[in-house]
Amino acid sequence: MLLGPALSVSAVLFALGVAGVLVRRNAIVIFMCVELMLNAVNLTFIALAQSLGIAGQIFVFFVMAVAAAEAAVGLAIILALFRHGRTVNLQNITLLKG
Amino acid sequence: MTAVALTWLLPALPLAGFLINGLLALTGSKNKTAVSIVGVGVLFAAFALAAAMAAQLVRLHPEAPIILRYWSWIPVGSLQVDFALQVDQLSAVMILIITGVGALIHLYSVGYMHEDPGYARYFAYLNLFVFFMLILVLGSSFPVMFVGWEGVGLCSYLLIGFWFSEKVNADAGLKAFLVNRVGDVGFLVAMFLIFQHTGALDFATVFAKAPAVFALGSTAITAIGLFLFLGCAGKSAQIPLYTWLPDAMQGPTPVSALIHAATMVTAGVYLVARCSILFALSPTASAVVAGIGAITALFAATIGLKQWDIKKVLAYSTISQLGYMFLGVGTGAYTAGIFHLATHAFFKALLFLGAGSVIHAMHAAYHHTHAHEDAQDMRNMGGLKAYLPRTAALMWIATLAIAGIPPLAGFFSKDEILSAAYARGAAQPLWYGFWALGIATALLTAFYMTRLMLYTFHGPNRTGEKERAHLHEVPNVMTAPLAVLGLLTLFGGALNVPHLFGGHARLERWLEPITHGATMISAVPEMGHATEWLLVVVAVAVAAAGIVAAWRLLPLDSLVPARAAAPETGLGRLLWKKFYVDEIYDAVIVRPIMWVSREVLWRFVDQRLIDGAAVNGTARVSSALGWIGSKLQTGEVGVYVALFVVGVVFVLGAALR
Repeated sequence: MLLGPALSVSAVLFALGVAGVLVRRNAIVIFMCVELMLNAVNLTFIALAQSLGIAGQIFVFFVMAVAAAEAAVGLAIILALFRHGRTVNLQNITLLKG
Repeated sequence: MTAVALTWLLPALPLAGFLINGLLALTGSKNKTAVSIVGVGVLFAAFALAAAMAAQLVRLHPEAPIILRYWSWIPVGSLQVDFALQVDQLSAVMILIITGVGALIHLYSVGYMHEDPGYARYFAYLNLFVFFMLILVLGSSFPVMFVGWEGVGLCSYLLIGFWFSEKVNADAGLKAFLVNRVGDVGFLVAMFLIFQHTGALDFATVFAKAPAVFALGSTAITAIGLFLFLGCAGKSAQIPLYTWLPDAMQGPTPVSALIHAATMVTAGVYLVARCSILFALSPTASAVVAGIGAITALFAATIGLKQWDIKKVLAYSTISQLGYMFLGVGTGAYTAGIFHLATHAFFKALLFLGAGSVIHAMHAAYHHTHAHEDAQDMRNMGGLKAYLPRTAALMWIATLAIAGIPPLAGFFSKDEILSAAYARGAAQPLWYGFWALGIATALLTAFYMTRLMLYTFHGPNRTGEKERAHLHEVPNVMTAPLAVLGLLTLFGGALNVPHLFGGHARLERWLEPITHGATMISAVPEMGHATEWLLVVVAVAVAAAGIVAAWRLLPLDSLVPARAAAPETGLGRLLWKKFYVDEIYDAVIVRPIMWVSREVLWRFVDQRLIDGAAVNGTARVSSALGWIGSKLQTGEVGVYVALFVVGVVFVLGAALR
């Protein structure tokens, strides 16, 4: 029941998220792309839960909870970075190099 | 409790002496009385025990050796070596010589070393030496014997370099140690071969199996015999490994008497006699033993003719007499070899200790006047019989004994070796040549020993005007052991008076259980009484000729002290320089090895290959790899994520395939 289209959409969303993380430089945009990937995974869980049981739907709640926590911590780090270097462009933040 | 059951106590006594004296030496104790009582006491106690053991052995006279197992030492698969001691007729003779002569020399050392600051250290080393020597002769297997063999080498090294603050002494110790290593390789290889062929290393099994395992004259047994003899040549100073013994005279004189005349250097003769059955199975190895012995005897005797250092003469004389012993055991006359070992221990210890007394007196005289003359050079002596009458008389006895004048100890033993060699000549004519070498050596022996006595004790005194007043006979603690050795030299021949002179050849019968296996394989042929008498007459005539020739030919009155002496020329110089053997070894062996060590092994292999390529090379390679890795660490999160994604794609690809 619409499993194929649902999984396709989630794959496209995930790929978009990955591409965004790889090509964008703004930390906030990258952060949004990460959220995109998480939601792509959520969609997969929901779609597969129809045939594989309720566990997938429960997992979605867990993912949303972790994503919320991650958003709080991640935004706090980005805020701290901005205060430190007046920029959120990750190309300019290369303190940890060999 | 019988004496033989206490065998463990015999080596334990000197070991205890070593530990106590070693502690006293380490704590810097100045208590010389305690050191003397412990150091000498353990030796006399050991001698008493050895005598009790020998007495018990006389009563039992067992055909098979008594073996006392103490613990399992090397249990490795099919190689089972117990730490076991063995008491039999041969080891009984050896322990009596070691503890008996050893005790006398320890007693003498009390007087000789009394003023030395290293007194306790000296007795510690000397006791340790006796311990290892007893392990050597009591060991019931090749590995146990090897422990003693190496141990006496160590003590020899320590005692030659006893006065190590002078480099020449330390070098002499090092030389002895290194030359002996060459021989020890032979001993080890022989052990490996014996184990490979017989599967055992204890004497009883090896000797029982040997006649069945080895064919008479097979390559394997010849190789074993020759490698064993290489070990003997190192320890007992035979050609080509004899050069360390003359240098070993740098040690204190009692050490020369005990280690480098009476006991340690005879270990090689003991080994051949112990392994008589192995040597009897290999006529080639036996011929090499006898031949090297005869050649060494003559060679060393010629060098002894022109040495001026009194101890050097005795050192070459020792090498020469050891050659006689090897001639004896190589001929198959094992009893004669051991007999000469015993009598030589008596008269050579006497000669060395006598020489020690002379040096002691000379040294004291020069010390008084603060003169820096050589106290060992015979050109500085002369006429000493007026000052050291007892020493002179006792040394004359030993000189006549070593020359082979009847009825002193050396006459019987030397004559027995020579007649055995002549008798073997009937079967193998090569031995007539060995006999001729032996007779020539006897002539030279009589000559150089008489020369030593004449230059030292007779003629005008050359010590110096001021020094003469300070020449005195040595204390009683030093002359008493000499007197005992003198008695042994006078009557030691009674041990084994041959049937020819109406004796019973007691040592011969005593050692029968040890040698009968070998004599079953190849016995020395019998000779007629007329031939034997002729040989005796020849030997005595030659010895007398040597003594008379020295008396007549040597210019006693025209000899000048060492500092005024003109350098030697011609043949005399060749002999004085010991045929330049040391120089030849130095040029052919020592220098090339030093060069290879320095230029190839050190500068190339060590510095370039190991330090350069292996150690620093590894560091350079890892730092280069690290540099490449550090280039990946850009600090840009995007790069890391990209790499991470690539990695995930690879892992997923691999997992899904």
